[in-house]
Amino acid sequence: MNDIIIEAREIKKTLGRGAGEVQALRGVDVTLRKGELTLLMGPSGSGKTTLLLVLGCMLTPSSGTVTVCGVSTSDAGKEELARIRRDHIGFVFQSYHLFPTMTARQNVQLALDIRGQHGRDAARKSRDALALVGLEPKAKSLPEALSGGEQQRVAIARAFVANPSVILADEPTSALDADNGRTIMRILADAAHKRDCAVLVVTHDPRIVAFADRIIKIEDGLLVEANSDEAEPLRLPKAASWP
Amino acid sequence: MSLVMTLAARNLFHDRLRFIATLIGIVFSVVLVMVQMGLFLGFGQMVSTMIDHASADLWVLPKGAKCFEDPSLLDVKLREKVAAVDGVASVVPLVIGFSDWRTESGEVTPVFIVGSDVKADGLQPWNVVEGDIRTLSQWGTVAVDRSYFDRLGIKKLGDTAEIRGHKVKVVALTDGIRSFTTTPYVFVDQKDARFYTGTLPSKASDLIIRVKPDADRGKTIAAIRDRIGDAEVLTTDEFRKRSRSFWLFGTGAGAALFAGAILGVIVGTVIVAQTLYSSTKDHISEFATLRAMGSSNNYIYNVIIYQALLNAVIGFVIAAGIGYEVVRITEKSALPIVITPWLVAALFLLTIVMCIASGMVAIVRVVRIDPASVFMR
Repeated sequence: MNDIIIEAREIKKTLGRGAGEVQALRGVDVTLRKGELTLLMGPSGSGKTTLLLVLGCMLTPSSGTVTVCGVSTSDAGKEELARIRRDHIGFVFQSYHLFPTMTARQNVQLALDIRGQHGRDAARKSRDALALVGLEPKAKSLPEALSGGEQQRVAIARAFVANPSVILADEPTSALDADNGRTIMRILADAAHKRDCAVLVVTHDPRIVAFADRIIKIEDGLLVEANSDEAEPLRLPKAASWP
Repeated sequence: MSLVMTLAARNLFHDRLRFIATLIGIVFSVVLVMVQMGLFLGFGQMVSTMIDHASADLWVLPKGAKCFEDPSLLDVKLREKVAAVDGVASVVPLVIGFSDWRTESGEVTPVFIVGSDVKADGLQPWNVVEGDIRTLSQWGTVAVDRSYFDRLGIKKLGDTAEIRGHKVKVVALTDGIRSFTTTPYVFVDQKDARFYTGTLPSKASDLIIRVKPDADRGKTIAAIRDRIGDAEVLTTDEFRKRSRSFWLFGTGAGAALFAGAILGVIVGTVIVAQTLYSSTKDHISEFATLRAMGSSNNYIYNVIIYQALLNAVIGFVIAAGIGYEVVRITEKSALPIVITPWLVAALFLLTIVMCIASGMVAIVRVVRIDPASVFMR
C-alpha cells in the first residue's frame, strides 16, 4: 500500500448543464503506484483527459474520492489543489506549453521557482535535469530554436526537476515522429523505473504500448480493461519495436 | 533570485510596440501631471513673491483684502497706533497699485507700482544686478526688471520713460522679478507711488511690521488687533496662504490646474490598464500553464505587479528627464514650472500607484484562469 501515489475511487464527473450535460466519468477506480508507467488509452471522447484532470487535481469530481500521496482532495479549494499539484505532481502537455521568452534552462527552472527554490542551486538542478534528457548544450536556447522533440524533452525535464511523486503526461508523443516519440517514452520510462515516479501517460498512440508497465482502457467514462490493483502489473517487453 | 522578475521583463519587452505604447501613455500622463502641478507650485510662488521678499513679520491690511495686489486702502494714521504697540520694532507703509507707463516712443503699457520707504526695512527690490536702490529715494527714479526691457521700451540703466505724465529714470535693474499677471512691477519710493497710483497722503495699501526679537508675538498681534479697528493683522505666513488661496482657488486657476492633473492620472491609468490587460490576455496560456504546474495565484500576481512596476520605473525616468528639460526651458518665463524634490517623490509614488492599480485590472482577468484549459489547447 505504501507504493500508492494516487488513488481514485468511484469517480463520477458530469460536464455541462441541461441539454448539453455529459457524464464524462461514470464510476472509475484508478490506482497509480510509484515505479510504474501506466498508459491510459481510449478513443476520443472516452473520458481520458477528464480522468487525467481529476487525477491531476484540476477538476473536482462530481462524486468519489481522490487521494494524492495520502492527501484527500475532497473539499480542497483552488489554492489547496494548486499546492497539491506543486508538491506532488509534474505535468507534460501535448503542446509542450513552454514559455517562448524563456530559455530552455529557465523553462525548467520555473518549476522550481514556483516551489520557492531560487538561485544557483535551482539553476544547477535545472541544468542537471536538461542533461538527463540530453539537452544540456541547448540550455540557453529559446523554445523557437528547438525542434518539437527537443521542446517536449524540455517539458519533461520541467516535469521531473522538482522530484514529483507522479508525472501526468497528456499525449506526449502525438506531435512527434517515431525517433522523437521513442526518446520521449524512454525518458518517461526512466522517470518511472529509475526515479521511482508514478507515471501516467494518456494516449491513443498504439506505438508506445511497448513502454507500459500497465494499461488502463477507458470507453464512455468507464474502465473497460485494466490490471486489477491486486494483480501483478502488466510487464511488456521494453524492446518492443516502434512501427 | 526568483524568475518572477525575468518573466515579467520578458513578457513586457517581448512585444516592443505594445511596450512603447505603454511607455508613451505613462510618460504622457506623468509629464501632464508634472507640468500641471509644477505650474500650480510656480503659480503659488509667483503670487506670493512680494510677500516672500518683504522684511515683514506681520502685515496690517484693509479688512477683507484677499491678496497683495488688493486695491483696498488703509488709513495711514494706523501707522502711529501700531508703532506705539509694545513689541513692534518698525512699521513701514506700502503703497501699491496699477498705473500707465509711456515709453519714449509713445507706447503705453500698464505697470504695477510697488512703493515702499527705501530708507526703511520694508519691501525693496531684490536680485539687483545693476544700479543702486538707494537712489530710489530721489524723485522720479524707478527700479525695473530687465526681463521687461521690451515691454517698457528701455534698453539700459539711465533710460527714461513717463508714468502718468511724470518723467522717470531707471536707476536700478533687477533679474527675475516677474509678475504672474505679466504686468511689470516698477519699484519706486512710497511718496512717488502716491503720485503714480493716485493714492492720497492719508492712505496706504498695507503696513509692513517688524516685531522685536524678544517680543511675545501672540501678545503683540493681540495688541495691534485692539488698535486697528476694522483693519486686519496677519502673519506673513497667513498672508501668503490667503494670497495663494485667492489666486489659486478663488479665481479657479488652481482648480483648472488640478483638473488637468487629475485628467493626466486618469488617462495614464486607463492606458496602462488597457495595455497590461491585453498583455496579460496574450500571455494567458502561459499563466494557465503556471497555474497547472501548481503555482500559487500570488506568484502570478507578482509577475503582473512586476510588469506594472517596470512600466512605472521606466516611464517615470523618461518623464523625469522631460520634466527636467521643461523646468529648464520655463525657468525664465513669466510662469516658471517649479518641480520640488517633494513633487518628484510624490509623482514617483503616484506613477507606482497608477501602474499597480492598472495591474489590478489584469489580475482580475488572471483570477478567472482555469488551469485545465492548458489541456484543451
